[in-house]
Amino acid sequence: MARVKTFLRKHGWSYLFILPTMLTFSVFVLLPVISSLVISFQKYSLRNGGTWVDPIYKNYIDAFTTQSGVFLVAIQNTLVYSFFTVISNVLVGLILASLIQPLSQFFKTFFRAAYYLPAVTSAIVIGMTWRYIYNAQWGLANFVLRKVCTITQELVCIPEVRWLSNPDIALGSITLSTILTVPATAVVLFSAAMGGIPKEYYEAAELDGAGSLRKWWNITLPLIRSVTLYLAVLYTIASFEVFEKIYIMVPAGVANATQTIVTQIYQNGFQQFNYGVAAAQAFVLFLMIAGVAVFQFRALRSDVEY
Amino acid sequence: MAGRNSPLRWRSGQSPLGWLALIGIAIVALFPMYWLFVMAVTPLGTIAPTEPALFPNPFSLANLNRLLSGAKDYGRWAVNSMLIASVVTIWHVFFDTLSGYAFAKRNFPLKNVFFWLILSTLMIPSQVTLVPLYVVTRQLGLIDNILAVILPGSAAVFGVFLMRQYIQTLPSELEDAARIDGCSEIQVFTNVILPLCKPAVAALAIFSFVRNWNDFLWPLIVLNKSVNYTLTVGVAGLQGEFSTDYGIIFAGAALAALPMIIFFLAFQRYFLEGVRMGALKG
Repeated sequence: MARVKTFLRKHGWSYLFILPTMLTFSVFVLLPVISSLVISFQKYSLRNGGTWVDPIYKNYIDAFTTQSGVFLVAIQNTLVYSFFTVISNVLVGLILASLIQPLSQFFKTFFRAAYYLPAVTSAIVIGMTWRYIYNAQWGLANFVLRKVCTITQELVCIPEVRWLSNPDIALGSITLSTILTVPATAVVLFSAAMGGIPKEYYEAAELDGAGSLRKWWNITLPLIRSVTLYLAVLYTIASFEVFEKIYIMVPAGVANATQTIVTQIYQNGFQQFNYGVAAAQAFVLFLMIAGVAVFQFRALRSDVEY
Repeated sequence: MAGRNSPLRWRSGQSPLGWLALIGIAIVALFPMYWLFVMAVTPLGTIAPTEPALFPNPFSLANLNRLLSGAKDYGRWAVNSMLIASVVTIWHVFFDTLSGYAFAKRNFPLKNVFFWLILSTLMIPSQVTLVPLYVVTRQLGLIDNILAVILPGSAAVFGVFLMRQYIQTLPSELEDAARIDGCSEIQVFTNVILPLCKPAVAALAIFSFVRNWNDFLWPLIVLNKSVNYTLTVGVAGLQGEFSTDYGIIFAGAALAALPMIIFFLAFQRYFLEGVRMGALKG
C-alpha cells in the first residue's frame, strides 16, 4: 500500500496530465487502427460483426479484382496525378521562394500571404470553383481559349474543350487545377530555409566573382536539400490521399478515369458496404505511404550536414 | 545602366522578369477565388449564363437571398462547423499542451512506450480508421450527432508532438523555481509553462481550427440529416440540390470560404509562423 502511495505521489500528476490525450487517442485512433487491420481479414457487417474470410488474405485479393480490377486503375490514376502535382508543386514553390528572397521585408510578407491565402479555404470550395471554371459552355477555361483565339486572330484556336466530361482528359484537368493552385506550404518553407542560410556563404562566393544564378545553384540549392525532400514527401502523401477535389469536381465519375485510391475506399466502404475490402484497400494506401516515408528517412540519413 | 540613386536600380538578385513572374503567378493563384466571389454577387438566375462574369456587374445580393431562403439549414451548418472547430481547438490547446509538457519535461514509467505509440500512428493515413471508427460511432449511438465529429477530431495527436518539441526547448529552471516558491504541479503548468508556449499554442490553435472547419470526408460519413451537416458537407450538397441554379451554389461556396479568409487576413503572421513550425499544410 505504502509503495503504491509513493508511486502515485511521484508519478500521479504525470499520468493525470497525459490521461485525456491517451484516452481519446486509444479509443479513436489506436483501437480503430488495430481493428481496421482485423477487419481487413474479415467479412464484416454492422449487424453480425466479423467472420474470418477464407483464404485469410481474400480481401486483399478482392481489393484488386472487384469490379474487374478498377482499384488498379485507381492506383494508376493516383500515381499519375501524384507524379505531375508533386514535381510541379516543389518546382513552383522553389522558384517563387527564390524570387521572393531578394525582396524587401514588406514585399516578402505580401507575396507569401498572397500565395497562402487560397490554401486556407477548404478543398470543397476550391473544387467547386474549378468545377465551374471547367464548365464547357460558360466556364473561365473555355472563355480564355476563345479569347486567345480572337486575340491571335484565329492563329491559336482550340475548339471548346469538355474538360471534366471527356474521360481522356478529365484526370488531366483535375491535375492541372492542382498545378495552378500555388503550393503555399512549399513557398513558406523554402522561403524560411533560404532565409536561414548564413550571408557569409554568399559574400564569399561574391568575392570569387559568382553571379546570382551561380550562387543559387551552388549555395542555395544544396543547402535546402532536406526541405526539398520533406516537401516532396509531404506533397506525395497528400496527393496519394486526394479525394475531396474529385468528389466535388466529378461527383458521378467519368467512366473510371477519375477513380483514385480514396474514392475507391469510400465507394467500397460506404456505398457498397464492403467493409473488409475497403479496409484492405486502406492498408494498401498505408503501405504506399510508409514506403515513401522510409525512402525519405533513408535519403535524410545519408544527408551531408553543413 | 541606371544610376546609384535611380528608382530603377534593382536590389541584388531582383530583376524585372522576376517581379513580372511573381505578380503574374499571384494573379493566377488568386483569380479562381476572385472569380468565385464575382459569380456569387452577379445575378445569374436559373438560366445558365453564356459567358463568365469577370466583374461584379451589376452587383447584387440576389443570389445570397435565394441561398438563405432556399437552403434553409445554411445557418445551422455554419453554427455546427463553428461549434465543432471551436470545441476541438480548445481541447487541443489545453490537453495537447498538458501532455506535451508531461512528455517533454517529466519522467515517469512507460513514458517512452506511450510516446512511441503516439508517434507511430502519426503516419497512418486517416482513411485507415474510417471503417472501425464508423462502427464505434454507431455503437456509441452518435450517428447524426456532431459529437461524432468532435470526439475523433480531439483524438488527433499531431499537436501533442508539436507541443512536446516546443516545450523541450524551454529551460527547466523556471519550473524548479516555481516549485520552490510553493506552486502545485497544476500551477507550474498553468502559470509557468502555458504562458511560455504562446507561439506554439497560436500555431496549434490555428492549425486545429482550420483543419476541422475544412474537414469533409468524416462529417460526410457520419452526419446524414441536413440540420446536422457542417458547412463543407452542406455546401457540397448544394450542387446536387440546386443543380443548375449556379447563383445559389456560388453564393453558398463564397460565403463558406469567407470566415477562413477573414481569419487568415487577421492572423496572417501566426499562420505563416505556424507553417514554419510544421503545423499547417496547404
